[in-house]
Amino acid sequence: MAQAVGLYLAIARGAFRRYSTYRMATFSGAFTNSVFGVILAATFLALWRARPGLGGYDTAQAVTYIWVSQALLAVVAAWGGGFQDDVQARFRSGDIAIDLYRPVDFQGWWLANDLGRAAFQLLLRGGVPLTVGVLFFHARLPHSALTWPLFLVSVLLAVVVSFGLRFLVSLLGFWLQDSEGVRAITVVVSMFLSGMLLPLALFPPALGTAARALPWAAMVQVPCDVFLERHPGRGVADQLAFQLLWAVVLFGAGRLALRLAARKVVVQGG
Amino acid sequence: MGELRWAVTSWRLAAAMWTRAAFSYRVSFVLLSLASLLITGLDFVVLVLMFRHTDRLGGWSLPEIGLLYGTSGFAIGMADFLVGTVDGLGERIRTGALDVLLIRPAPALSMVCAERFTLRRLARPAQTLAVLGWSLQALPVAWSWDKVLLLIVMLLCGTVIFAALFVGLSATQFWWGEARELQNAATYGGATLLQYPPTIFAKDLLLGATFGVPLAFVNWLPALHILGRPDPLGLPPAFRFASPLAAGLSVLAAGLAWRAGLRAYRGTGS
Repeated sequence: MAQAVGLYLAIARGAFRRYSTYRMATFSGAFTNSVFGVILAATFLALWRARPGLGGYDTAQAVTYIWVSQALLAVVAAWGGGFQDDVQARFRSGDIAIDLYRPVDFQGWWLANDLGRAAFQLLLRGGVPLTVGVLFFHARLPHSALTWPLFLVSVLLAVVVSFGLRFLVSLLGFWLQDSEGVRAITVVVSMFLSGMLLPLALFPPALGTAARALPWAAMVQVPCDVFLERHPGRGVADQLAFQLLWAVVLFGAGRLALRLAARKVVVQGG
Repeated sequence: MGELRWAVTSWRLAAAMWTRAAFSYRVSFVLLSLASLLITGLDFVVLVLMFRHTDRLGGWSLPEIGLLYGTSGFAIGMADFLVGTVDGLGERIRTGALDVLLIRPAPALSMVCAERFTLRRLARPAQTLAVLGWSLQALPVAWSWDKVLLLIVMLLCGTVIFAALFVGLSATQFWWGEARELQNAATYGGATLLQYPPTIFAKDLLLGATFGVPLAFVNWLPALHILGRPDPLGLPPAFRFASPLAAGLSVLAAGLAWRAGLRAYRGTGS
């Protein structure tokens, strides 16, 4: 048991270190997130100036929503990517067959890898935009100190849910020659239904209710609301339970799909 | 002149090759085209959702913003279609693929711009033209020859300005490696900025988008003339007609940056 934990920690640490070597890419990514934050915060300010209190957010909360969602963009891989790129490359080269023979659980390996990546990106691509938002846009920091650890738990669950979704898409590579097209479609869904572009409270009522029950809401909308302290008391527990539920369901679905997929693999001899 | 024609021919041949390659994964091609249409439409959906809650954003109506959205989206879409993949320069330097391009008997810039060329990138120009068409018939504008001419100039010069930004800012990757996202901040960030009325942004940002990066010449300034609106910066009216000049200067600057970068480049020797 301790050995397994040590192994997964080593995998995560490796991914963390690998991403930390792309210094220029990380810096320019954080810069771009901040530029988008400035533009989108101004549009939200204009909207909330016309309609104060829209969707139950006050103006400070609305502006903060933009900065927190920009900070989460790379961490939860709302555009896809992360371990997905590596797996896709391994499908193309055929190395995926070797992965299945490894004495490490395939799904666990990539989850640990993706968590290591997310941890590194939370530091810089999360930290930089949030700092810019606080310094120049008076973004609202949590009033209760307890909110910070709750937010971190919520982000962790958000990454696991996002992993679960991306893992299922990646597994399609076992059936399709090229899962690039399906992946592009899932990006549309994830950007829209996660609340990345607009808080779900501003959607038309029926669509908003549906979106709030779907797993994508666990990626951006829920961690943002936790940060903004939208659900006091027991409400936070419900929000985290919602994320946990989808994390478990998707991880289980990924396991099932993997078992089916592994049966399909034909290794060419030679 | 012969040199320019050769550059264009090389681009066209390489683009045709990549088009044939893309068609070999047919399902993915169809899904990717569909996804491109949906993704580029999402930001307009967000605008429409915002206008469910208000009928003015920064004092501008939805058809007026549609004019900004259509012209900005068309310009960046066409620029991306023609030269967008130049942003992969850093990756090509890292893997040594650029050296291969440099020994080909064709201009490196043409090759880099045509890399992974795909027709599906026409989705954005197509979708934004549809929005532009809608906004033009919904706008209460008395069309005169100068306004029609200015609209055409906006679409052409906007494309040239964004193309120059793609090339000029990608050239920084000769020095900084994978700084692709820095360029995205100006191009895609810039296009997002221009989708919204200038009235909702801070003065410093407007000054930066006029004199720093010539974004305001893509659509903001000429649109002020078409819509008969005052300039929030109070610039002389001549600025509204200066887009061709700004486009010419952008191309000049981008050409110089590219040449300087190519001269500073040292191959890996691999």
